[in-house]
Amino acid sequence: MIKHLRSAADLDAETATLILDTAAEMATLAGREVKKLPTLRGRTVVNLFYEDSTRTRISFEAAAKRLSADVINFSAKGSSVSKGESLKDTALTLQAMGADAVVIRHPASGAPHRLASWVDGSVVNAGDGTHEHPTQALLDAYTMRSRLGRLDGLRVAIVGDVLHSRVARSNVLLLSTLGAQVTLVGPPTLIPIDVAAGLSGDASRRGDRLVPGEAAGGPSAPAGSAGGDEPRAVSPAAIAGLSGDASRRGDRLVPGGVAGAAGGGPAVSYDLDSVLPDSDVVMMLRVQSERMQDSYFPSAREYSRRYGLDMRRLRRLPEHAIVMHPGPMNRGMEIAPEVADSPRSTIVEQVANGVSARMAVLYLLLGGK
Amino acid sequence: MTAYVMKGVSLLGAAPRDLVVRDGRIADEPPGAGAEVIDAAGLVALPGLVDLHTHLREPGREDAETVETGSRAAAAGGYTAVCAMANTSPVADTAGVVEQVWRLGREAGLVDVQPIGAVTVGLAGRQLAELGAMATSAAQVRIFSDDGHCVADPRLMRRALEYVKAFDGVIAQHAEEPRLTEGAQMHEGEVSTRLGLTGWPAVAEEAIIARDVLLAEHVGSRLHVCHVSTAGSVEVLRQAKARGVRVTAEVTPHHLLLTDELATSYDPVYKVNPPLRTASDVRALRQALIDGVIDVVATDHAPHAVEDKECEWAYARPGMVGLETALPVVLSVLGEQWELIAERMSRAPARIAGLAGHGGDLAAAGSPATLTLVDPAARRTVDPSDLVSRSRNTPYAGTTLPGRIVATFLRGEPTVLDGKVVR
Repeated sequence: MIKHLRSAADLDAETATLILDTAAEMATLAGREVKKLPTLRGRTVVNLFYEDSTRTRISFEAAAKRLSADVINFSAKGSSVSKGESLKDTALTLQAMGADAVVIRHPASGAPHRLASWVDGSVVNAGDGTHEHPTQALLDAYTMRSRLGRLDGLRVAIVGDVLHSRVARSNVLLLSTLGAQVTLVGPPTLIPIDVAAGLSGDASRRGDRLVPGEAAGGPSAPAGSAGGDEPRAVSPAAIAGLSGDASRRGDRLVPGGVAGAAGGGPAVSYDLDSVLPDSDVVMMLRVQSERMQDSYFPSAREYSRRYGLDMRRLRRLPEHAIVMHPGPMNRGMEIAPEVADSPRSTIVEQVANGVSARMAVLYLLLGGK
Repeated sequence: MTAYVMKGVSLLGAAPRDLVVRDGRIADEPPGAGAEVIDAAGLVALPGLVDLHTHLREPGREDAETVETGSRAAAAGGYTAVCAMANTSPVADTAGVVEQVWRLGREAGLVDVQPIGAVTVGLAGRQLAELGAMATSAAQVRIFSDDGHCVADPRLMRRALEYVKAFDGVIAQHAEEPRLTEGAQMHEGEVSTRLGLTGWPAVAEEAIIARDVLLAEHVGSRLHVCHVSTAGSVEVLRQAKARGVRVTAEVTPHHLLLTDELATSYDPVYKVNPPLRTASDVRALRQALIDGVIDVVATDHAPHAVEDKECEWAYARPGMVGLETALPVVLSVLGEQWELIAERMSRAPARIAGLAGHGGDLAAAGSPATLTLVDPAARRTVDPSDLVSRSRNTPYAGTTLPGRIVATFLRGEPTVLDGKVVR
């Protein structure tokens, strides 16, 4: 079993499937009178939250408590952190207290990676900046699988502010690992650059790398003389790698077009209406209306008209398709109230599944075996 | 003054000979009795390296570096002159501050510390600093830069380019269109997309360079472009030079060797501004350095205290130390092209900065004995705790690089002997 869950990319298909299967077992607990397992008795789980997120924190807290772990909630407000303590010093404090797992929510992308380098316990990413939110992706995958019976070959449209969405990144990575086909939909301003390569699980689809020992050309450059011992320790990924000439600037496609899926990376479309009839799942992302101040789109009204999911669009979906949203929703912006409340919506189910998925993660990371 | 004879040294890769240093100069007569003998067999002599882009942090952040510790690091890296950037606290935007830095450099006495003056008051980009007063001060400032910030206002940039013509000054631009890099953390591309870090697009650099070469052409001024980092910038410069625009450009060692993939660790030791770019950018920069589209390798030595790097990526300060690893990195990239290395790391920067006593011809008797002895056969694995700099933020920890600086001489006086700073 892996030690940390920092990114959905930490999970291979086998591990991800094990987590989903375990989550299914955990879900059966919810129907019992005593919703508790003794598995993590005596273990300490710290919830280290640098952002307010009552939903996620409560979900992790419930998950840890149902496994009988001791839970310490450490929120940045009113703590040593608000007095200027660094993440590293906080990490060393938690280390000294013997935390077996630290669940971290943080506004800076990559904070869980940093934390994992300073503590011995497991680190679980509960959302870092605009990077990832892997347990959300797990609960989403769990929800899809329980509603539709499979993930392999499932067609999933993720719609909205992909650029700033940690939910989208984790979902693309996890769903690709599990064999689903993801299409990202949104205005071009909110689709990150080079997304097909960037979020491809297949490293060979990613860009050009320098070859180890690759020296500059020039007639008098003795190729071997300097290259022999060239940097190996810096990072194999950065200096070693593959050749091939990927162009630096975007793989953005024609409006309305769909491309990219072949190599494991997500496809991209700017036209929601054309994507809906071929989708088994449509996942709406929260779009902050403040984004229009940064000219990502002209107005909330225009956004909603082009990319919002209303009843008219809902009817374009196949009969069996489901509608998901990680919450909290902007009703009337990315999703119409009647869509959110329709029987196709899994929004409340996602919350319940969140506890089961997080129980599975804690159980497996902490060596429940 | 002690005389020295360097036995069996190779000048820029030529056949071994003895090099005599007397009274601070290269001499063509025998050394005479009492001269100190340096066994220089297998060593290559280069004119002392000149860095156009060094952050010495004093005044203001003496916990990260001082003029003295930075001078020691420079000498250890084979440098005999460094140009100290203006983004100190207080900013080097007055004759008083540049004279202070200049004087501290003289007191340290290990390298010539040539202060760079700020272009605008407080680096704020609103009002010209007293460029003339800095030029006529004891520090005799010739390079002006708001480095760390771009002189983004086109009218102000035009005025600065024009104004410094009166004293043969040059504006060194940090090319970064600020509106395109708000909140930027790393190169914008597939890696930033994967890591969820706000992108710093190549075009933010290229657009400013394109504008500035046109402005410099229009007013007939000199422009120097700091730390060029993209293939697109190279193309803009290539065209401008072909047209005869008076533009020079520098590239850092790290942009010649490292790529944006390193950010995957989220370790801010790899965070730098401009950011590490892609492999194709690295290749274009290497070729441009060979072709002469890029004139100079400059370190952008940027020491930072531990707490400014041992933190979340977004909260870390950008920058890497570079003085002590610059020549080894360039050797690993270019190979033993000594003539080219001397041009890009000594002569060209000395010309741009107007440092007459540097970048001289070591084969000519009477030249200042300002030189560096390198052992090209040595290999060293970088250990941050071995660095002479006060800071440890090197991206090369654990990397084995070719070349070792054995000795550095400034006007006939050794500043480094046997790889150790003499004082």
